[in-house]
Amino acid sequence: MNQREKEEYLHDYAIMKSQGKPFFPYAVAKDAVMACVVMAVIITLSLVFGDELGSKVNAATTSYDARPDWYFFFLFDILRIIRTPSIIQLATIGIPTLCMILLFLLPFYDRGPERRPERRPLATTAGIVTICLMAYLTYQGAHAGTPDALEFATPKAVIENGPAAVEKWNEGRLAIAQSGCEACHTIGDNGNPGPGPNLTHIASRLPETAIARTLVNPTQPMPSYKNLPAKKFNAIVDFLSQLK
Amino acid sequence: MPKLPAPPLPAPLKTPPPLPGQGNGEAGPLEDAKQAGITVVDWVDERTSLSGAARWLMFRKVPKGTNWFYTLGSATMFAFLNQVVTGVFLAMYYRPEPAGGAYESVRYITNEVFLGQFVRGMHKWGSSVMVVLVFLHMGRTFFFGAYKYPRELNWVIGVVLLILTMVMAFTGYLLPFDQRAFWATTVGVNINGTGPLIGPYLSDFLYGGTEFNATTLSRFYAIHMLIVPGLIAALIGAHLYLVAKLGTTAPPWQKLHKRHELIETEV
Ligand code: HEC
Ligand code: HEM
Repeated sequence: MNQREKEEYLHDYAIMKSQGKPFFPYAVAKDAVMACVVMAVIITLSLVFGDELGSKVNAATTSYDARPDWYFFFLFDILRIIRTPSIIQLATIGIPTLCMILLFLLPFYDRGPERRPERRPLATTAGIVTICLMAYLTYQGAHAGTPDALEFATPKAVIENGPAAVEKWNEGRLAIAQSGCEACHTIGDNGNPGPGPNLTHIASRLPETAIARTLVNPTQPMPSYKNLPAKKFNAIVDFLSQLK
Repeated sequence: MPKLPAPPLPAPLKTPPPLPGQGNGEAGPLEDAKQAGITVVDWVDERTSLSGAARWLMFRKVPKGTNWFYTLGSATMFAFLNQVVTGVFLAMYYRPEPAGGAYESVRYITNEVFLGQFVRGMHKWGSSVMVVLVFLHMGRTFFFGAYKYPRELNWVIGVVLLILTMVMAFTGYLLPFDQRAFWATTVGVNINGTGPLIGPYLSDFLYGGTEFNATTLSRFYAIHMLIVPGLIAALIGAHLYLVAKLGTTAPPWQKLHKRHELIETEV
Protein backbone atom coordinates (compact mmCIF):
# COMPACT_ATOMS: atom_id res chain seq x y z
CA MET A 1 0.00 0.00 0.00
CA ASN A 2 1.38 3.37 -0.86
CA GLN A 3 0.69 6.55 1.05
CA ARG A 4 -2.38 7.42 -1.00
CA GLU A 5 -3.95 4.00 -0.54
CA LYS A 6 -3.26 4.17 3.18
CA GLU A 7 -4.98 7.51 3.56
CA GLU A 8 -7.86 6.36 1.41
CA TYR A 9 -8.29 3.33 3.61
CA LEU A 10 -8.19 5.33 6.81
CA HIS A 11 -10.70 7.80 5.39
CA ASP A 12 -13.16 5.17 4.18
CA TYR A 13 -12.76 3.25 7.39
CA ALA A 14 -13.47 6.32 9.49
CA ILE A 15 -16.73 6.83 7.61
CA MET A 16 -17.76 3.19 7.96
CA LYS A 17 -16.94 3.33 11.63
CA SER A 18 -18.93 6.50 12.18
CA GLN A 19 -21.91 4.84 10.51
CA GLY A 20 -21.59 1.77 12.71
CA LYS A 21 -23.15 0.81 15.99
CA PRO A 22 -21.66 1.18 19.47
CA PHE A 23 -19.61 -1.76 20.73
CA PHE A 24 -21.76 -1.88 23.85
CA PRO A 25 -24.34 -3.37 23.79
CA TYR A 26 -24.41 -4.66 20.20
CA ALA A 27 -21.04 -6.41 19.85
CA VAL A 28 -20.96 -7.25 23.56
CA ALA A 29 -24.26 -9.10 23.25
CA LYS A 30 -22.93 -11.30 20.45
CA ASP A 31 -19.70 -11.92 22.35
CA ALA A 32 -21.70 -12.90 25.42
CA VAL A 33 -23.77 -15.41 23.45
CA MET A 34 -20.56 -16.86 22.01
CA ALA A 35 -18.98 -17.03 25.48
CA CYS A 36 -21.98 -19.05 26.68
CA VAL A 37 -21.60 -21.40 23.72
CA VAL A 38 -17.90 -21.88 24.49
CA MET A 39 -18.58 -22.63 28.14
CA ALA A 40 -21.41 -25.01 27.23
CA VAL A 41 -19.12 -26.90 24.84
CA ILE A 42 -16.34 -27.17 27.42
CA ILE A 43 -18.73 -28.33 30.16
CA THR A 44 -20.34 -30.87 27.84
CA LEU A 45 -16.98 -32.26 26.78
CA SER A 46 -15.91 -32.51 30.40
CA LEU A 47 -19.12 -34.26 31.43
CA VAL A 48 -19.15 -36.67 28.51
CA PHE A 49 -15.46 -37.53 28.24
CA GLY A 50 -14.25 -36.59 31.71
CA ASP A 51 -10.56 -36.59 32.38
CA GLU A 52 -8.28 -39.52 32.05
CA LEU A 53 -5.19 -40.59 33.85
CA GLY A 54 -3.03 -43.36 32.48
CA SER A 55 -0.73 -45.52 34.52
CA LYS A 56 2.08 -43.98 36.49
CA VAL A 57 5.36 -43.02 34.85
CA ASN A 58 7.84 -45.80 34.53
CA ALA A 59 10.96 -44.84 32.64
CA ALA A 60 11.94 -48.46 32.00
CA THR A 61 8.49 -49.22 30.80
CA THR A 62 7.28 -52.17 28.84
CA SER A 63 4.39 -50.47 27.12
CA TYR A 64 3.62 -46.87 26.46
CA ASP A 65 2.20 -44.57 23.87
CA ALA A 66 4.51 -41.69 22.93
CA ARG A 67 1.85 -39.58 21.38
CA PRO A 68 1.36 -35.89 21.88
CA ASP A 69 -2.07 -34.40 22.32
CA TRP A 70 -3.99 -34.16 19.05
CA TYR A 71 -3.04 -30.58 18.26
CA PHE A 72 0.56 -31.60 17.81
CA PHE A 73 -0.24 -34.50 15.49
CA PHE A 74 0.59 -32.42 12.45
CA LEU A 75 4.12 -31.79 13.73
CA PHE A 76 4.43 -35.39 14.80
CA ASP A 77 3.49 -36.57 11.34
CA ILE A 78 6.12 -34.46 9.58
CA LEU A 79 8.57 -36.58 11.56
CA ARG A 80 6.97 -39.71 10.30
CA ILE A 81 7.00 -38.66 6.66
CA ILE A 82 10.54 -37.35 6.43
CA ARG A 83 12.93 -40.09 7.39
CA THR A 84 16.13 -39.40 5.49
CA PRO A 85 18.68 -38.80 8.27
CA SER A 86 20.45 -35.99 6.44
CA ILE A 87 17.33 -33.83 6.33
CA ILE A 88 15.70 -34.87 9.55
CA GLN A 89 16.70 -31.64 11.25
CA LEU A 90 14.97 -29.84 8.44
CA ALA A 91 11.80 -31.76 9.19
CA THR A 92 11.74 -31.42 12.93
CA ILE A 93 12.93 -27.87 13.36
CA GLY A 94 13.37 -26.30 9.94
CA ILE A 95 9.84 -26.63 8.58
CA PRO A 96 8.03 -25.39 11.70
CA THR A 97 10.51 -22.52 12.12
CA LEU A 98 10.10 -21.50 8.50
CA CYS A 99 6.31 -21.60 8.81
CA MET A 100 6.47 -19.47 11.94
CA ILE A 101 8.67 -16.87 10.25
CA LEU A 102 6.34 -16.76 7.24
CA LEU A 103 3.39 -16.33 9.60
CA PHE A 104 5.08 -13.56 11.59
CA LEU A 105 6.05 -11.59 8.54
CA LEU A 106 2.78 -12.02 6.65
CA PRO A 107 1.64 -8.38 6.96
CA PHE A 108 5.06 -7.24 5.77
CA TYR A 109 5.20 -9.14 2.50
CA ASP A 110 1.49 -9.14 1.70
CA ARG A 111 0.94 -5.41 1.53
CA GLY A 112 -1.62 -5.00 -1.22
CA PRO A 113 -4.61 -2.80 -0.41
CA GLU A 114 -7.15 -5.45 -1.44
CA ARG A 115 -8.97 -7.19 1.42
CA ARG A 116 -11.63 -9.28 -0.31
CA PRO A 117 -10.52 -12.95 -0.26
CA GLU A 118 -11.79 -13.60 -3.80
CA ARG A 119 -9.56 -10.80 -5.09
CA ARG A 120 -6.48 -12.07 -3.29
CA PRO A 121 -6.24 -15.41 -5.12
CA LEU A 122 -2.68 -16.13 -4.03
CA ALA A 123 -3.25 -15.46 -0.33
CA THR A 124 -6.60 -17.25 -0.26
CA THR A 125 -5.24 -20.29 -2.08
CA ALA A 126 -2.21 -20.42 0.20
CA GLY A 127 -4.50 -20.21 3.23
CA ILE A 128 -6.79 -22.99 2.03
CA VAL A 129 -3.87 -25.23 1.04
CA THR A 130 -2.30 -24.71 4.47
CA ILE A 131 -5.55 -25.63 6.21
CA CYS A 132 -5.98 -28.76 4.07
CA LEU A 133 -2.36 -29.76 4.66
CA MET A 134 -2.65 -29.37 8.41
CA ALA A 135 -5.94 -31.24 8.45
CA TYR A 136 -4.36 -34.03 6.40
CA LEU A 137 -1.27 -34.24 8.60
CA THR A 138 -3.42 -34.23 11.74
CA TYR A 139 -5.56 -37.02 10.33
CA GLN A 140 -2.48 -39.01 9.32
CA GLY A 141 -0.88 -38.42 12.70
CA ALA A 142 -4.02 -39.69 14.39
CA HIS A 143 -4.27 -42.81 12.27
CA ALA A 144 -0.72 -43.87 11.58
CA GLY A 145 0.30 -46.75 13.79
CA THR A 146 1.33 -45.73 17.26
CA PRO A 147 5.03 -45.89 17.96
CA ASP A 148 4.41 -49.14 19.77
CA ALA A 149 3.62 -50.91 16.53
CA LEU A 150 6.62 -52.08 14.57
CA GLU A 151 6.23 -52.72 10.86
CA PHE A 152 9.17 -54.52 9.39
CA ALA A 153 9.38 -56.95 6.48
CA THR A 154 10.71 -60.32 7.60
CA PRO A 155 14.22 -60.78 6.13
CA LYS A 156 14.78 -63.59 3.62
CA ALA A 157 17.38 -65.24 5.83
CA VAL A 158 14.79 -65.68 8.57
CA ILE A 159 12.13 -67.08 6.23
CA GLU A 160 14.60 -69.61 4.88
CA ASN A 161 15.14 -70.95 8.41
CA GLY A 162 11.56 -72.18 8.57
CA PRO A 163 8.36 -71.18 10.37
CA ALA A 164 9.83 -71.52 13.86
CA ALA A 165 12.42 -68.86 13.09
CA VAL A 166 9.76 -66.57 11.65
CA GLU A 167 7.68 -66.98 14.78
CA LYS A 168 10.62 -66.14 17.00
CA TRP A 169 11.33 -63.13 14.82
CA ASN A 170 7.77 -61.91 15.21
CA GLU A 171 7.97 -62.43 18.97
CA GLY A 172 10.99 -60.15 19.05
CA ARG A 173 9.24 -57.62 16.86
CA LEU A 174 6.34 -57.49 19.29
CA ALA A 175 8.60 -57.31 22.35
CA ILE A 176 10.49 -54.34 20.89
CA ALA A 177 7.24 -52.65 20.01
CA GLN A 178 6.02 -53.08 23.58
CA SER A 179 9.25 -52.02 25.23
CA GLY A 180 9.35 -48.42 24.18
CA CYS A 181 12.55 -48.62 22.13
CA GLU A 182 10.91 -46.57 19.41
CA ALA A 183 10.70 -43.55 21.69
CA CYS A 184 14.44 -43.13 21.09
CA HIS A 185 15.37 -45.30 18.10
CA THR A 186 14.41 -45.59 14.48
CA ILE A 187 13.88 -49.11 13.19
CA GLY A 188 13.06 -49.19 9.50
CA ASP A 189 10.18 -46.77 9.01
CA ASN A 190 9.20 -46.82 12.67
CA GLY A 191 10.14 -44.87 15.75
CA ASN A 192 11.72 -41.54 16.48
CA PRO A 193 14.95 -40.15 15.08
CA GLY A 194 16.64 -39.64 18.42
CA PRO A 195 18.26 -39.55 20.87
CA GLY A 196 19.39 -43.13 20.20
CA PRO A 197 21.08 -44.28 16.98
CA ASN A 198 19.19 -45.84 14.10
CA LEU A 199 18.86 -49.59 14.68
CA THR A 200 17.79 -50.58 11.16
CA HIS A 201 21.18 -52.19 10.42
CA ILE A 202 22.38 -52.68 13.95
CA ALA A 203 23.56 -56.26 13.38
CA SER A 204 26.10 -55.15 10.81
CA ARG A 205 27.61 -52.94 13.52
CA LEU A 206 27.24 -54.93 16.71
CA PRO A 207 27.48 -58.71 17.30
CA GLU A 208 24.69 -60.43 19.21
CA THR A 209 26.57 -60.47 22.52
CA ALA A 210 27.30 -56.75 22.31
CA ILE A 211 23.62 -56.03 21.71
CA ALA A 212 22.70 -58.04 24.79
CA ARG A 213 25.37 -56.21 26.78
CA THR A 214 23.97 -52.85 25.66
CA LEU A 215 20.51 -53.81 26.83
CA VAL A 216 21.73 -54.87 30.24
CA ASN A 217 24.22 -52.09 30.77
CA PRO A 218 23.45 -49.20 28.45
CA THR A 219 24.83 -45.67 28.35
CA GLN A 220 22.51 -42.97 29.63
CA PRO A 221 19.83 -41.95 28.73
CA MET A 222 18.89 -45.43 27.56
CA PRO A 223 17.31 -47.33 30.45
CA SER A 224 18.54 -50.78 31.36
CA TYR A 225 16.34 -53.68 30.28
CA LYS A 226 17.94 -56.33 32.44
CA ASN A 227 14.68 -56.78 34.36
CA LEU A 228 12.71 -57.86 31.32
CA PRO A 229 11.46 -61.48 31.36
CA ALA A 230 14.20 -63.68 29.89
CA LYS A 231 11.97 -64.81 27.01
CA LYS A 232 11.26 -61.26 25.94
CA PHE A 233 14.85 -60.21 26.37
CA ASN A 234 16.15 -63.07 24.23
CA ALA A 235 13.53 -62.39 21.58
CA ILE A 236 14.65 -58.77 21.37
CA VAL A 237 18.32 -59.68 21.08
CA ASP A 238 17.51 -62.31 18.50
CA PHE A 239 15.43 -59.86 16.49
CA LEU A 240 18.09 -57.15 16.52
CA SER A 241 20.87 -59.54 15.56
CA GLN A 242 18.99 -60.28 12.32
CA LEU A 243 18.96 -56.66 11.24
CA LYS A 244 21.91 -56.71 8.88
CA MET B 1 -21.64 10.02 22.81
CA PRO B 2 -24.42 7.78 21.55
CA LYS B 3 -27.34 7.23 23.86
CA LEU B 4 -28.26 3.73 24.92
CA PRO B 5 -31.51 2.48 23.47
CA ALA B 6 -34.25 2.07 26.10
CA PRO B 7 -35.33 -1.54 26.67
CA PRO B 8 -38.51 -2.26 24.71
CA LEU B 9 -40.89 -2.56 27.67
CA PRO B 10 -44.66 -2.31 27.19
CA ALA B 11 -45.97 1.07 28.39
CA PRO B 12 -47.75 -0.10 31.61
CA LEU B 13 -44.47 -1.57 32.92
CA LYS B 14 -42.51 1.61 32.59
CA THR B 15 -42.28 3.62 35.76
CA PRO B 16 -43.38 7.17 35.06
CA PRO B 17 -40.93 9.82 36.13
CA PRO B 18 -42.08 11.66 39.28
CA LEU B 19 -44.11 14.73 38.61
CA PRO B 20 -42.52 17.99 39.61
CA GLY B 21 -43.64 19.17 43.02
CA GLN B 22 -44.51 15.68 44.28
CA GLY B 23 -41.83 14.94 46.89
CA ASN B 24 -41.02 17.17 49.83
CA GLY B 25 -37.76 18.25 48.26
CA GLU B 26 -35.56 16.15 50.56
CA ALA B 27 -33.94 12.85 49.63
CA GLY B 28 -35.45 9.96 51.60
CA PRO B 29 -33.40 6.95 52.71
CA LEU B 30 -34.55 5.03 49.60
CA GLU B 31 -33.24 7.68 47.30
CA ASP B 32 -30.04 7.90 49.30
CA ALA B 33 -29.60 4.15 48.82
CA LYS B 34 -30.28 4.49 45.12
CA GLN B 35 -27.74 7.25 44.98
CA ALA B 36 -25.06 5.30 46.88
CA GLY B 37 -23.83 3.35 43.86
CA ILE B 38 -23.47 6.48 41.81
CA THR B 39 -21.69 8.20 44.67
CA VAL B 40 -19.13 5.41 44.94
CA VAL B 41 -18.53 5.39 41.19
CA ASP B 42 -18.19 9.16 41.23
CA TRP B 43 -15.78 8.97 44.13
CA VAL B 44 -13.55 6.49 42.29
CA ASP B 45 -13.86 8.35 39.03
CA GLU B 46 -12.93 11.66 40.60
CA ARG B 47 -9.68 10.08 41.72
CA THR B 48 -8.90 7.89 38.69
CA SER B 49 -10.76 9.31 35.69
CA LEU B 50 -11.46 5.72 34.68
CA SER B 51 -14.89 6.47 33.25
CA GLY B 52 -13.32 8.08 30.20
CA ALA B 53 -11.35 4.92 29.47
CA ALA B 54 -14.42 2.74 30.01
CA ARG B 55 -16.46 4.93 27.70
CA TRP B 56 -13.67 4.88 25.12
CA LEU B 57 -13.58 1.08 25.26
CA MET B 58 -17.29 0.30 25.43
CA PHE B 59 -18.96 3.01 23.37
CA ARG B 60 -16.54 3.08 20.46
CA LYS B 61 -18.32 2.35 17.24
CA VAL B 62 -18.02 -0.89 15.33
CA PRO B 63 -18.61 -0.79 11.54
CA LYS B 64 -21.82 -2.24 10.16
CA GLY B 65 -21.74 -5.82 8.93
CA THR B 66 -19.49 -7.30 11.63
CA ASN B 67 -20.77 -10.85 11.91
CA TRP B 68 -20.39 -13.90 14.12
CA PHE B 69 -16.87 -14.52 12.87
CA TYR B 70 -15.89 -11.41 14.81
CA THR B 71 -16.77 -13.12 18.09
CA LEU B 72 -14.02 -15.71 17.70
CA GLY B 73 -11.40 -13.46 19.32
CA SER B 74 -13.40 -12.87 22.46
CA ALA B 75 -14.40 -16.55 22.47
CA THR B 76 -10.69 -17.41 22.59
CA MET B 77 -10.32 -15.02 25.50
CA PHE B 78 -13.16 -16.74 27.35
CA ALA B 79 -11.57 -20.12 26.77
CA PHE B 80 -8.37 -18.65 28.24
CA LEU B 81 -10.27 -17.33 31.27
CA ASN B 82 -11.77 -20.78 31.73
CA GLN B 83 -8.23 -22.22 31.78
CA VAL B 84 -7.16 -19.63 34.35
CA VAL B 85 -10.05 -20.29 36.72
CA THR B 86 -10.01 -24.09 36.49
CA GLY B 87 -6.19 -24.01 36.60
CA VAL B 88 -6.23 -22.12 39.90
CA PHE B 89 -8.42 -24.83 41.42
CA LEU B 90 -6.17 -27.59 40.12
CA ALA B 91 -3.12 -25.75 41.51
CA MET B 92 -4.66 -25.96 44.98
CA TYR B 93 -4.18 -29.74 44.94
CA TYR B 94 -1.40 -30.39 42.45
CA ARG B 95 2.14 -31.14 43.66
CA PRO B 96 4.95 -31.02 41.08
CA GLU B 97 7.04 -33.78 42.64
CA PRO B 98 8.08 -36.47 40.20
CA ALA B 99 9.17 -38.95 42.88
CA GLY B 100 5.78 -39.71 44.33
CA GLY B 101 3.52 -36.69 44.40
CA ALA B 102 2.57 -35.42 40.99
CA TYR B 103 0.80 -38.50 39.74
CA GLU B 104 -0.76 -39.21 43.12
CA SER B 105 -2.02 -35.64 43.50
CA VAL B 106 -3.68 -35.79 40.09
CA ARG B 107 -5.22 -39.13 40.99
CA TYR B 108 -6.45 -37.53 44.19
CA ILE B 109 -8.04 -34.68 42.23
CA THR B 110 -9.73 -37.15 39.90
CA ASN B 111 -10.98 -39.59 42.50
CA GLU B 112 -11.39 -37.75 45.80
CA VAL B 113 -11.78 -33.99 45.43
CA PHE B 114 -15.35 -32.72 45.21
CA LEU B 115 -16.04 -32.07 41.50
CA GLY B 116 -12.32 -32.66 40.91
CA GLN B 117 -12.84 -34.82 37.87
CA PHE B 118 -15.22 -32.26 36.42
CA VAL B 119 -12.83 -29.34 36.88
CA ARG B 120 -9.89 -31.30 35.57
CA GLY B 121 -11.99 -32.33 32.58
CA MET B 122 -12.90 -28.71 31.95
CA HIS B 123 -9.23 -27.73 32.04
CA LYS B 124 -8.20 -30.58 29.77
CA TRP B 125 -10.95 -30.09 27.21
CA GLY B 126 -10.78 -26.33 27.56
CA SER B 127 -7.24 -26.49 26.23
CA SER B 128 -8.43 -28.23 23.07
CA VAL B 129 -11.25 -25.72 22.67
CA MET B 130 -8.84 -22.82 23.09
CA VAL B 131 -6.43 -24.19 20.49
CA VAL B 132 -9.29 -24.66 18.02
CA LEU B 133 -10.58 -21.15 18.68
CA VAL B 134 -7.15 -19.52 18.27
CA PHE B 135 -6.80 -21.14 14.87
CA LEU B 136 -10.32 -20.18 13.82
CA HIS B 137 -9.76 -16.61 14.94
CA MET B 138 -6.48 -16.50 13.05
CA GLY B 139 -8.25 -17.87 9.98
CA ARG B 140 -10.88 -15.13 10.26
CA THR B 141 -8.31 -12.34 10.44
CA PHE B 142 -6.36 -13.94 7.61
CA PHE B 143 -9.21 -14.36 5.15
CA PHE B 144 -10.68 -10.95 5.99
CA GLY B 145 -7.32 -9.30 5.34
CA ALA B 146 -7.50 -7.85 8.85
CA TYR B 147 -3.69 -8.07 9.21
CA LYS B 148 -3.14 -5.32 6.64
CA TYR B 149 -2.36 -1.68 7.31
CA PRO B 150 -2.77 -0.38 10.00
CA ARG B 151 -3.16 -3.64 11.98
CA GLU B 152 0.17 -5.33 11.20
CA LEU B 153 1.36 -5.12 14.78
CA ASN B 154 -1.79 -6.74 16.08
CA TRP B 155 -1.15 -9.70 13.79
CA VAL B 156 2.40 -10.03 15.12
CA ILE B 157 1.13 -9.98 18.71
CA GLY B 158 -1.43 -12.58 17.63
CA VAL B 159 1.26 -14.93 16.33
CA VAL B 160 3.10 -14.64 19.65
CA LEU B 161 -0.18 -15.51 21.41
CA LEU B 162 -0.57 -18.51 19.13
CA ILE B 163 2.91 -19.77 19.98
CA LEU B 164 2.36 -19.19 23.70
CA THR B 165 -0.93 -21.09 23.53
CA MET B 166 0.89 -24.04 22.00
CA VAL B 167 3.59 -23.78 24.71
CA MET B 168 0.81 -24.01 27.30
CA ALA B 169 -0.53 -27.11 25.61
CA PHE B 170 2.90 -28.73 25.46
CA THR B 171 3.95 -27.99 29.04
CA GLY B 172 0.55 -28.88 30.48
CA TYR B 173 0.62 -32.31 28.90
CA LEU B 174 3.45 -33.48 31.15
CA LEU B 175 1.93 -32.44 34.46
CA PRO B 176 -0.38 -35.45 35.14
CA PHE B 177 2.85 -37.44 34.92
CA ASP B 178 1.36 -40.62 33.58
CA GLN B 179 3.00 -42.81 30.97
CA ARG B 180 1.55 -40.97 28.03
CA ALA B 181 2.62 -37.59 29.44
CA PHE B 182 6.14 -38.70 30.19
CA TRP B 183 6.88 -40.32 26.86
CA ALA B 184 5.26 -37.64 24.75
CA THR B 185 7.31 -35.03 26.58
CA THR B 186 10.54 -36.99 26.36
CA VAL B 187 10.10 -37.32 22.63
CA GLY B 188 9.05 -33.68 22.28
CA VAL B 189 11.99 -32.27 24.19
CA ASN B 190 14.42 -34.56 22.40
CA ILE B 191 13.11 -33.27 19.09
CA ASN B 192 13.76 -29.73 20.32
CA GLY B 193 17.24 -30.85 21.19
CA THR B 194 18.04 -31.81 17.60
CA GLY B 195 17.46 -28.25 16.43
CA PRO B 196 20.33 -26.17 15.09
CA LEU B 197 22.15 -23.64 17.32
CA ILE B 198 19.73 -23.19 20.20
CA GLY B 199 18.25 -26.70 20.03
CA PRO B 200 20.49 -28.29 22.67
CA TYR B 201 20.21 -25.26 24.96
CA LEU B 202 16.44 -25.33 24.66
CA SER B 203 16.22 -28.98 25.60
CA ASP B 204 18.70 -28.47 28.48
CA PHE B 205 16.59 -25.55 29.68
CA LEU B 206 13.36 -27.54 29.54
CA TYR B 207 14.84 -30.58 31.23
CA GLY B 208 16.77 -28.52 33.75
CA GLY B 209 19.74 -30.73 32.91
CA THR B 210 20.75 -33.01 30.10
CA GLU B 211 17.96 -35.50 30.62
CA PHE B 212 14.67 -35.99 32.40
CA ASN B 213 15.27 -35.42 36.09
CA ALA B 214 13.68 -34.19 39.29
CA THR B 215 13.68 -30.51 38.30
CA THR B 216 12.12 -31.11 34.90
CA LEU B 217 8.61 -31.39 36.26
CA SER B 218 8.79 -28.31 38.49
CA ARG B 219 10.30 -26.38 35.61
CA PHE B 220 7.41 -27.33 33.34
CA TYR B 221 5.02 -26.45 36.13
CA ALA B 222 6.50 -22.97 36.62
CA ILE B 223 6.41 -22.32 32.89
CA HIS B 224 2.89 -23.63 32.63
CA MET B 225 1.26 -21.83 35.54
CA LEU B 226 3.32 -18.67 36.04
CA ILE B 227 5.46 -17.48 33.15
CA VAL B 228 3.37 -18.19 30.10
CA PRO B 229 -0.09 -17.32 31.51
CA GLY B 230 1.33 -13.98 32.69
CA LEU B 231 2.73 -13.31 29.24
CA ILE B 232 -0.52 -14.33 27.58
CA ALA B 233 -2.60 -12.08 29.85
CA ALA B 234 -0.31 -9.12 29.18
CA LEU B 235 -0.31 -9.70 25.45
CA ILE B 236 -4.10 -10.08 25.32
CA GLY B 237 -4.21 -6.67 26.97
CA ALA B 238 -1.98 -5.19 24.28
CA HIS B 239 -3.93 -7.01 21.57
CA LEU B 240 -7.25 -5.61 22.79
CA TYR B 241 -5.83 -2.14 23.28
CA LEU B 242 -4.83 -2.11 19.63
CA VAL B 243 -8.24 -3.41 18.56
CA ALA B 244 -9.96 -0.60 20.45
CA LYS B 245 -7.45 1.98 19.27
CA LEU B 246 -7.51 1.07 15.58
CA GLY B 247 -11.10 -0.08 15.45
CA THR B 248 -12.46 -3.42 14.31
CA THR B 249 -12.15 -3.95 10.56
CA ALA B 250 -15.26 -3.72 8.45
CA PRO B 251 -15.90 -6.98 6.59
CA PRO B 252 -14.01 -6.78 3.28
CA TRP B 253 -17.25 -6.86 1.27
CA GLN B 254 -18.80 -3.98 3.15
CA LYS B 255 -19.64 -1.08 0.78
CA LEU B 256 -19.54 2.56 1.73
CA HIS B 257 -23.22 3.44 1.63
CA LYS B 258 -23.15 7.17 1.41
CA ARG B 259 -20.10 9.31 1.24
CA HIS B 260 -20.81 11.88 3.81
CA GLU B 261 -18.45 14.44 5.18
CA LEU B 262 -16.79 13.28 8.34
CA ILE B 263 -17.84 15.06 11.47
CA GLU B 264 -14.95 15.34 13.86
CA THR B 265 -16.89 14.17 16.92
CA GLU B 266 -18.16 11.05 15.21
CA VAL B 267 -14.79 9.53 14.46
C1 HEC C 1 15.36 -43.18 26.58
C2 HEC C 1 15.81 -43.45 25.24
C3 HEC C 1 16.12 -44.89 24.83
C4 HEC C 1 15.30 -45.99 24.91
C5 HEC C 1 13.89 -46.07 25.45
C6 HEC C 1 16.05 -47.07 24.32
N1 HEC C 1 17.27 -46.64 23.92
FE1 HEC C 1 18.71 -47.76 23.04
N2 HEC C 1 19.97 -46.20 23.06
C7 HEC C 1 19.64 -44.90 23.46
C8 HEC C 1 20.82 -44.06 23.29
C9 HEC C 1 20.87 -42.55 23.60
C10 HEC C 1 21.83 -44.86 22.78
C11 HEC C 1 23.24 -44.45 22.44
C12 HEC C 1 24.11 -44.74 23.63
C13 HEC C 1 25.56 -44.60 23.29
O1 HEC C 1 25.85 -43.89 22.32
O2 HEC C 1 26.34 -45.23 23.97
C14 HEC C 1 21.28 -46.20 22.64
C15 HEC C 1 21.99 -47.28 22.15
C16 HEC C 1 21.42 -48.51 21.83
C17 HEC C 1 22.09 -49.60 21.19
C18 HEC C 1 23.53 -49.57 20.70
C19 HEC C 1 23.51 -48.91 19.35
C20 HEC C 1 24.88 -48.70 18.77
O3 HEC C 1 24.89 -48.36 17.59
O4 HEC C 1 25.85 -48.80 19.51
C21 HEC C 1 21.20 -50.62 21.05
C22 HEC C 1 21.43 -51.98 20.42
C23 HEC C 1 19.97 -50.18 21.65
N3 HEC C 1 20.13 -48.89 22.11
C24 HEC C 1 18.82 -50.95 21.71
C25 HEC C 1 17.67 -50.54 22.36
C26 HEC C 1 16.52 -51.39 22.54
C27 HEC C 1 16.38 -52.81 21.99
C28 HEC C 1 15.62 -50.68 23.23
C29 HEC C 1 14.23 -51.14 23.69
C30 HEC C 1 14.17 -52.35 24.44
C31 HEC C 1 16.18 -49.37 23.48
N4 HEC C 1 17.43 -49.33 22.96
C32 HEC C 1 15.53 -48.35 24.19
C33 HEC C 1 18.43 -44.48 23.97
C34 HEC C 1 17.37 -45.32 24.22
C1 HEM D 1 -4.80 -16.01 22.98
C2 HEM D 1 -5.18 -15.80 21.78
C3 HEM D 1 -5.95 -14.59 21.23
C4 HEM D 1 -6.93 -13.82 21.83
C5 HEM D 1 -7.50 -13.97 23.23
C6 HEM D 1 -7.34 -12.83 20.86
C7 HEM D 1 -8.35 -11.88 21.07
C8 HEM D 1 -8.80 -10.98 20.11
C9 HEM D 1 -9.99 -10.18 20.21
C10 HEM D 1 -10.98 -10.20 21.38
C11 HEM D 1 -10.09 -9.42 19.06
C12 HEM D 1 -11.21 -8.43 18.68
C13 HEM D 1 -12.43 -9.17 18.18
C14 HEM D 1 -12.20 -9.98 16.92
O1 HEM D 1 -11.86 -9.41 15.87
O2 HEM D 1 -12.35 -11.22 16.99
C15 HEM D 1 -8.92 -9.72 18.26
C16 HEM D 1 -8.64 -9.12 17.03
C17 HEM D 1 -7.54 -9.46 16.21
N1 HEM D 1 -6.69 -10.55 16.39
FE1 HEM D 1 -6.66 -11.72 18.04
N2 HEM D 1 -6.61 -12.99 19.70
C18 HEM D 1 -5.75 -14.06 19.88
C19 HEM D 1 -4.87 -14.58 18.96
C20 HEM D 1 -4.64 -14.04 17.69
C21 HEM D 1 -3.86 -14.67 16.66
C22 HEM D 1 -3.18 -16.04 16.77
C23 HEM D 1 -3.86 -13.80 15.57
C24 HEM D 1 -3.17 -13.96 14.23
C25 HEM D 1 -2.00 -14.39 14.07
C26 HEM D 1 -4.63 -12.65 15.94
C27 HEM D 1 -4.84 -11.53 15.11
C28 HEM D 1 -5.80 -10.56 15.34
C29 HEM D 1 -6.05 -9.43 14.46
C30 HEM D 1 -5.26 -9.07 13.17
C31 HEM D 1 -7.14 -8.73 15.01
C32 HEM D 1 -7.82 -7.47 14.45
C33 HEM D 1 -9.03 -7.94 13.71
C34 HEM D 1 -9.91 -6.83 13.22
O3 HEM D 1 -9.71 -5.67 13.64
O4 HEM D 1 -10.79 -7.14 12.41
N3 HEM D 1 -5.13 -12.83 17.22
N4 HEM D 1 -8.17 -10.68 18.92
